[in-house]
Amino acid sequence: MTSKLFLALLLLPFSGLAQDDPAGVDMLDTAVVVVAPPTSVIAVDHKYDKGERIDLTWVPSIDDQLVEGKVLAYRIYRIVNDGGPQLVADVATGVGPYQYADEDLHRDSIYSYYVAAVSSNYEAASTRTAPMSPQREWMNLDRKWLFLIALIVGGSVLLFITAARRGTKLFVRKIAGLEAVDEAVGRATEMGRPILFVPGIRDMDDVQTLAALTILGRVSRVIADYDTRIFMPTSRSLVMTAGRETVKAAYQAAGRPDKYSDDMVTYYTDEQFGYVAAVDGVMVREKPATVFLLGAFFAESLILAETGNYIGAIQIGGTARPAQLPFFIAACDFTLIGEELFAASAYLSGEPMQLGSLKGQDVGKAIAMIAIIVGAVAITIGEAWDVEFMHDIVTWLSGVFSTR
Amino acid sequence: MRREVPLLITAVVGITFVVKYFVPHFPFNRMDAWFADWFSIVQACAIVLGALNLLKLSALKVIGQKSGWGYALVIILSFMLITVIGLAEGSDYRDPGTSFDWLYVNMFIPLSATMFSILAFFVASASYRAFRARNYEATVLLIAAFFVMIGRVPVGDVITGFMPEGYRFSDLAIWIMDYPQTAGQRAIMIGIGLGVVSTSLRVILGIERAHIGTGD
Repeated sequence: MTSKLFLALLLLPFSGLAQDDPAGVDMLDTAVVVVAPPTSVIAVDHKYDKGERIDLTWVPSIDDQLVEGKVLAYRIYRIVNDGGPQLVADVATGVGPYQYADEDLHRDSIYSYYVAAVSSNYEAASTRTAPMSPQREWMNLDRKWLFLIALIVGGSVLLFITAARRGTKLFVRKIAGLEAVDEAVGRATEMGRPILFVPGIRDMDDVQTLAALTILGRVSRVIADYDTRIFMPTSRSLVMTAGRETVKAAYQAAGRPDKYSDDMVTYYTDEQFGYVAAVDGVMVREKPATVFLLGAFFAESLILAETGNYIGAIQIGGTARPAQLPFFIAACDFTLIGEELFAASAYLSGEPMQLGSLKGQDVGKAIAMIAIIVGAVAITIGEAWDVEFMHDIVTWLSGVFSTR
Repeated sequence: MRREVPLLITAVVGITFVVKYFVPHFPFNRMDAWFADWFSIVQACAIVLGALNLLKLSALKVIGQKSGWGYALVIILSFMLITVIGLAEGSDYRDPGTSFDWLYVNMFIPLSATMFSILAFFVASASYRAFRARNYEATVLLIAAFFVMIGRVPVGDVITGFMPEGYRFSDLAIWIMDYPQTAGQRAIMIGIGLGVVSTSLRVILGIERAHIGTGD
């Protein structure tokens, strides 16, 4: 091996002369492209995880730094409990940073690693890292600031709920879309037409669907009071079951349990556009006077809202998906923008405890506003005058709000 | 009990998920997977309810010859056809070449695509309404939309080809999308995040009960 390598190195300066020589070409094809190994290979336990990951970093081969394309990749080898080396991964060069996360490890095994720089026909291995085992931590301290912010926001919500319970009057701004609920239900009653409630296309594990159902509870109480018909097509069986319970309880609370029927809430299909076709069909055939589009919507938002607009229904739309909001704003009479969807149930209930939770959100907004202003000022000054302290503030703020 | 048990389950699961976010230790590190499995099991059971409900309503419509009973008949026949073929072809029913796959590729996908394609026409009609300069805000929207749209098509840069790079319609469109648009979206996202926290707290603490039918 050593003699071959020596021969290859010796022949390299004459490679240009060998181009016209068939024998020389053959010689060049088999010439070993020697590269230096990577250095400073460090393996560290991944901090604040469940003890299943080790992070590797290394300084690239000097040949990789000086000659582009000479080092083709880096090969990561793992040695478990003093066994033989296992090839774990090939990491491409030139994409940097030079690091690799070895995952799905076991805390009771001992690992060491080495990294090899690979040329077209040569592999230069680094020295091995010290043996180690991944560690499991109790708390993810990377998220300590988020924890603190969650405590402040959560604490504020609880504080305002307690204050409201003690009788403190809380001001909540008017939300036009929710003020219109009574009017929308009344219109359907006068016209003798049904009300269509579409709770989005996600399942019960989406908080938007949950918010839609809480609004459904309030709206169906008004509907039951007015003795109007409601129809709620769903795209998830669980939403259908939960929706039935919600509407049923509202009719019971209104003292009209006999008016409730399971047919008010029905399931069509989980398929996005199959569901849209079915709901559009209902809209065109039944011509509901009022359409509620509340929950998680995707590409179907505008198809539904435009069909509702076409049949002349008064429409109240709301979603927490910013990409769909413009469609609702364009096609609906009233739109609950983002947080208003989540505030709707509390707003409609008018209960002081529920309203208190809305006031708690304002503390979170205040924190966000302060952070945005400080961040914007710091990054502007930092970039304009290259002030190190301002860069530090930006880095710190990024870390505080990081959800890694 | 009918009210307390769901509230208790909601509170326990909600608090567990909050703790899980900050504690990577067992058992919290596994809870994502456990809850996802349980949810899938409940979901799988519930789909039977949904399917039966759909069949029941459609059958009643057909039997009663109610308005639109023909559509209900199509639902029943399609449902039966795809179920029988799917079951007959066993666990490999989605493999290429199976009858199920043929129905999926040649019927279901084109039908879905047709519904999706209607969106293009609805975008046009919605845009026509949204971009009318009725007031100051709508006029700003109209102007911004004009520049974004013209900046996204080649003719935009042809018109402003004489301008130095960075000042063409495409650059203006990128600027509008990167700065005013992103700022607006982020403001909404912050509000949504806080709304989710507040709603979650209300649900976890049992203050919000409308979704389990006990709002009052």
